Amino acid sequence: MSDTLFNKLGGEGAVDAAVEIFYRKVLSDDRISDFFDDVDMDRQAAKQKAFLTMAFGGPNQYSGMDMRRGHAHLVAKGLNDSHFDAVVENLAATLQELNVPEAHIAAVAALCETTRSDILGK
Amino acid sequence: MPNLSFNGNTYHCAENQSVLDALTGHGVSIPSSCHNGVCQTCLMRSVSGNPPVDSQNGLKETLKAQNYFLACNCQPQADMEITLPDAGSARIQATVHSIESLNHEIICVGLHCENPLEYRAGQFINLFKDATLGRSYSLASVPTHDQHLKLHIRKVPEGRVSGWAHHSLKPGDVVEISQAVGNCFYVPGNPEQPILLIGTGSGLAPLYGIARDALEQGHSGPIKLYHGSRNPQGLYLVDELRALADRHDNFSYTPCISGDAMPEDGYAQGRALDVALADIGKLTGWRVFLCGNPEMVKTAKKKAFLTGAAMKDIYADAFTLAAA
Repeated sequence: MSDTLFNKLGGEGAVDAAVEIFYRKVLSDDRISDFFDDVDMDRQAAKQKAFLTMAFGGPNQYSGMDMRRGHAHLVAKGLNDSHFDAVVENLAATLQELNVPEAHIAAVAALCETTRSDILGK
Repeated sequence: MPNLSFNGNTYHCAENQSVLDALTGHGVSIPSSCHNGVCQTCLMRSVSGNPPVDSQNGLKETLKAQNYFLACNCQPQADMEITLPDAGSARIQATVHSIESLNHEIICVGLHCENPLEYRAGQFINLFKDATLGRSYSLASVPTHDQHLKLHIRKVPEGRVSGWAHHSLKPGDVVEISQAVGNCFYVPGNPEQPILLIGTGSGLAPLYGIARDALEQGHSGPIKLYHGSRNPQGLYLVDELRALADRHDNFSYTPCISGDAMPEDGYAQGRALDVALADIGKLTGWRVFLCGNPEMVKTAKKKAFLTGAAMKDIYADAFTLAAA
């Protein structure tokens, strides 16, 4: 079990290290900040932590249907492929900042890719 | 096999079973989402003592101090009595002890409770005008220091509760209040951490309590308070806060005026948030308390985070103005 992507990245500690850096990046990115500009920042940060746990291949119980339902209101507001790409780009930049090897970053991006059609409601 | 008491019923929890699984297994609906201790949707509170340490991973210190835990991550070792957040809303009777004017629109109401209310400086209570109409007010008093509960009540145009408090309430009146709730208070344990407090208008109330509470508990790091208003008349407790700053080297107080009418000296020009950020620069490692105008709180929260403060170190109970 020690060779899963989640463990290679450093497990929950890695998520904790990455989540605030990532959340600062998306909040500062004009292309996507509106989608993350929640009144309840604690709730929003918890959502980002859930997302990173999933993107790192960690334990989660979100189904494709959960992804669809959870993002439908954002799709209605115009969430599209360019926004999805920007989020993945910010995530990659976060991991680079934490000196994660490129191969692992590519694996995280590939995992994100598997959720694209559900998140965008396609 | 531990038992769970919830809403007056008792439920068995199997070995290695989470509180969330036990309750939902018995048909009790508890809000939940990730089931992995991440999303914090299944937040509950133990009323029978400390919950297991693991069940508090990732929670804010103020939530931990109030025995909040995540039901999905909680495998009880002993019987627990638990509630959903803020369910304990039993009312308490209090007698109005004093009413003082703080400035042209804010009064300080002192309340006496027969049985001392358990609270932490900076939490808030609901003050009820009658059976159904109540409003939230932060506590400006410090339990170990002040004999009475102190509320700062600003007269809101057309405000039904604030209007009643300003025009009808008098010493000797008996009123109903709620238990103290909220997560905006000082937690000891990191005495050197710098603390920033920013408030506008009557949002000074909890900050006045938190600053004095931190000082009384021996906080040694800098504590910087910025209180903002459009004009000097909107500020209050200026002399008390200046005196407090004189008595404590690590406490500073900066009254901020955002309008044009600047008094001669001792005031900073600009909005409290802008003045504070210009003064301090990066907030990495700071603990931040915010209270007042909801727009200010929202902007300040975001700016504090983007300039380096960790989410867990930013405390705010944002009040939205209820329709009059």
